[in-house]
Amino acid sequence: MKLSYTKSSDALTVKIAGEIDHHTAQSLLASLSALLDTQHPLSIILDFSGVGFMDSSGIAVILNCSRRMKELGGRLEIVSVSSQARRVFSTVGLDKLMRISYGGTYEDNK
Amino acid sequence: MKITNEMKLTLLSRSVNESLARTVVAAFAAQLDPTLDELGDLKTAVSEAVTNCIVHAYPNGLGRVLITAKIYDGDIIEIIVRDTGCGIPDVEQARQTLFTTGGAERSGMGFTIMDSFMDSLKVRSTVGKGTTVTMRKRLNARYRSAPR
Repeated sequence: MKLSYTKSSDALTVKIAGEIDHHTAQSLLASLSALLDTQHPLSIILDFSGVGFMDSSGIAVILNCSRRMKELGGRLEIVSVSSQARRVFSTVGLDKLMRISYGGTYEDNK
Repeated sequence: MKITNEMKLTLLSRSVNESLARTVVAAFAAQLDPTLDELGDLKTAVSEAVTNCIVHAYPNGLGRVLITAKIYDGDIIEIIVRDTGCGIPDVEQARQTLFTTGGAERSGMGFTIMDSFMDSLKVRSTVGKGTTVTMRKRLNARYRSAPR
């Protein structure tokens, strides 16, 4: 699991590369939490273009990250989601609660 | 139904093996020429079932996770994930959406996803003896939708 990030004005874009399952979820959550603690972004964009697989372990990570962003008064957006991860998001109903898009930004996909 | 092919895989309940388990089952299913979405569904369901074994079945150490996959006539794949761990006291409760005993890092969506991604899901468990999850899915949507 690899993370890289860029920051522009108040938005933090985090590109995630790898597979998100129970084995990798804890380190992903720890890395994202550390970024939120140090960067204090008003919004965070999780770029899923490098995520080849995600199961429900990823849902717990996203919910946790979303909760942290709400505490900071910001918002979370997920972009470039694969068909497989999209199925997981929609099965648990997260696509109704968050800004999630297949490619580009949420606004591009509306 | 007639079995046309079968595989068995035994793994220790280490989380690093989750990826191996879903990859092996997907490779076995590839002989049915599934769509990418069908392969994604199988990998996700296997990952959830194996993760349940690793997180819940052996809370005090390592145990074995036994995976059997069978292909039946009619492009049906059956995946059986079995452990000999602590068992589930109340299977119906465990299958409820959002129910988890796994703490904050778990979403409680594992059985819901297995149920949604496969055509059928059966869970049998005996406390102190272990749990067997049996899932089936008919593949080859690509072939069935093609003009003949």
